[in-house]
Amino acid sequence: MLSIEQFPLLIVVISLLSAFTILILGWLNEKFSCYISIATVLLQFIMSILVLNHVLTVGTIHYWLGGWKPPWGIEYAVDAMNAYMLVTLLFLGLLCAVYSKKNIEHELPRKRVSFYTIYQLLITGLCGVVVTGDIFNMFVFIEIMSISSYALIASRGKIALKASFTYLIMGSIGACFFLLGIGFLYSVTGSLNMHDLSILLSPLYGNKVVQAAFVFFIVGLSIKMALFPLHTWLPDAHAFAPAEISAMLSGIIIAVSTYAFIRVAFSVFTLKFIMMYLPIFDIICWVSIIAMLYGSVLAITQTNLKRMLAYSSVANMGYIMLGVGLSTSTTMGLTPALMHILNHAVMKGCLFMVAGAFIYKADLWDIEDFRGLGRKMPYTTFAFILAALAMIGMPPSVGFVTKLYLIIACMEADQFIFVVAIFVSTLLIVYYFWRVIEYMYIRVGDGDDKEVEVDEVPTSMLIPILILGVLCFVIGIIWLIDIPLPLMDAVNSLFGLGVMP
Amino acid sequence: MKGEKIPHERDIVVETVSRLMIPFIQLFALYVIIHGAGGPGGGFQGGVIFGSSFVLFIIAFGIGRVGKRIPEGILTLLTSLGVYIFAGVGLLCLIFTIGAVQYLNYGFVPLTSHFEENRALCMDLVEIGIGITVMAAITSIFFDLAWGRSEKEEERQ
Repeated sequence: MLSIEQFPLLIVVISLLSAFTILILGWLNEKFSCYISIATVLLQFIMSILVLNHVLTVGTIHYWLGGWKPPWGIEYAVDAMNAYMLVTLLFLGLLCAVYSKKNIEHELPRKRVSFYTIYQLLITGLCGVVVTGDIFNMFVFIEIMSISSYALIASRGKIALKASFTYLIMGSIGACFFLLGIGFLYSVTGSLNMHDLSILLSPLYGNKVVQAAFVFFIVGLSIKMALFPLHTWLPDAHAFAPAEISAMLSGIIIAVSTYAFIRVAFSVFTLKFIMMYLPIFDIICWVSIIAMLYGSVLAITQTNLKRMLAYSSVANMGYIMLGVGLSTSTTMGLTPALMHILNHAVMKGCLFMVAGAFIYKADLWDIEDFRGLGRKMPYTTFAFILAALAMIGMPPSVGFVTKLYLIIACMEADQFIFVVAIFVSTLLIVYYFWRVIEYMYIRVGDGDDKEVEVDEVPTSMLIPILILGVLCFVIGIIWLIDIPLPLMDAVNSLFGLGVMP
Repeated sequence: MKGEKIPHERDIVVETVSRLMIPFIQLFALYVIIHGAGGPGGGFQGGVIFGSSFVLFIIAFGIGRVGKRIPEGILTLLTSLGVYIFAGVGLLCLIFTIGAVQYLNYGFVPLTSHFEENRALCMDLVEIGIGITVMAAITSIFFDLAWGRSEKEEERQ
């Protein structure tokens, strides 16, 4: 009988096989490519929910590839955090695939087959990073995911090529740092399995090579996740990619890199190492505070909606990393950070899809051109307002929940200045989203008291937008009534977090 | 026709030497692929050598003549086929034991009666899969470089 223990692996393999099925069948008929992609991601999503259920009820899944025992063979280890990330990424991946059907027909009519092939490879890479328990395997999957995202960003041609090239250079430097870190650890311990490494490393924490490896991991993954001083590739890449890829980039790809960081910091190195030997989390907190304010200020100065959202992503990475940075000094542990990974995916997914809908319908990029869109595209703009309110943090939306938890975490850590920074950044968010809403609803063009015809995007694009818009509030309520807290407690107890030091 | 765009001078020495060399290069590539399971070598290296034999073929005989023999669709098909073999052999372990053993546990694929022999044969199969993919990918990258982008677009229209 096919047990759920096999599912983490099947999620990766099915995705890889489906990518090449798309390539062959798409060669016969282009229309197949989209449906195969949607069907595969749907299947993966159902499997990931079963995996999450299994992990929460039975326990961590350890899967040994080829039946080789872990220090020698590759191990896939799925615990509560992996399963949570897997469900999040496949959920947004599914909605993006549905959304892309019409959008890609419109934007890249001749490249549909290659688009879906690479999209499926991107999903393969993302799933692989999340399920693996082997650090070199993680590097390989990070590269699969990055290389497919370079290609997807470049798919629009022209100016997107430059954005993609910048990302390629920055991403490769990040990957090199990550690989150097792995090399250092391997030279010291001779092992690549994460669990094995964490045992072998514990007597070696004073070693300078081990500490250098940790710094390499931090720098490499900070580039991948666009933490403040290393975020320079992000705005262009987000602005010029097709809308669904912007949504995946902003919501999932940088979040998966954050996941890799958390995994390396707490599973390979342990809490003890971070607390005693390299107390770097205070610096991470301050850097995230700067990222929050810097991203928000620069978002205000943008005239292009997608660029504005991209800078807002820089600010939101600040929120996530603030949660990670505070995790060692509060009773809530990683809960705010993991919470915001899902919340940010939902909100940014919705906002980028709306931005894509404006481009699809009328080729509108600049905020000033949005006059009167509120009456022309009522459902799309409604979803935009829902997501924008969630970004601002209106109760009971997802943004509110994150900010609430983060503020409580700051209070527990006695860092009142961080609370002030969160409030200031909220005010800035209000400013830049209000500007968009004002143009859409209030500032209408000349001579427009006439009836405006409703001209919406196709249903297959509208449904993902509306689902995400409504989920911004539904998920917020789910967080507030504490349904997912057992999951978060499981993650925290895994890493020994969530108890006051 | 796409071949007429690129002028090609025929050279009897280059053509004859390539005619002699190519079979041996390909034989060596196959050796490297099969040898990969038990020693230095493997699917990637063998695939690159096999692909380079096609590159030599293109350089010697001109891209027009070769392009007619190896259409792009075949290369796409071969790239996918290699990956199918590569990932599919692992899945066979799951299929033959109905999910009782892990992915890539080659000993359980019932090719012969011996556990170790099954494992060795499946490793060879995987190497062949990698070899096919790399060969096709190298050749198609060379085609993409050799044919200008503009000509490719003209050809599609």
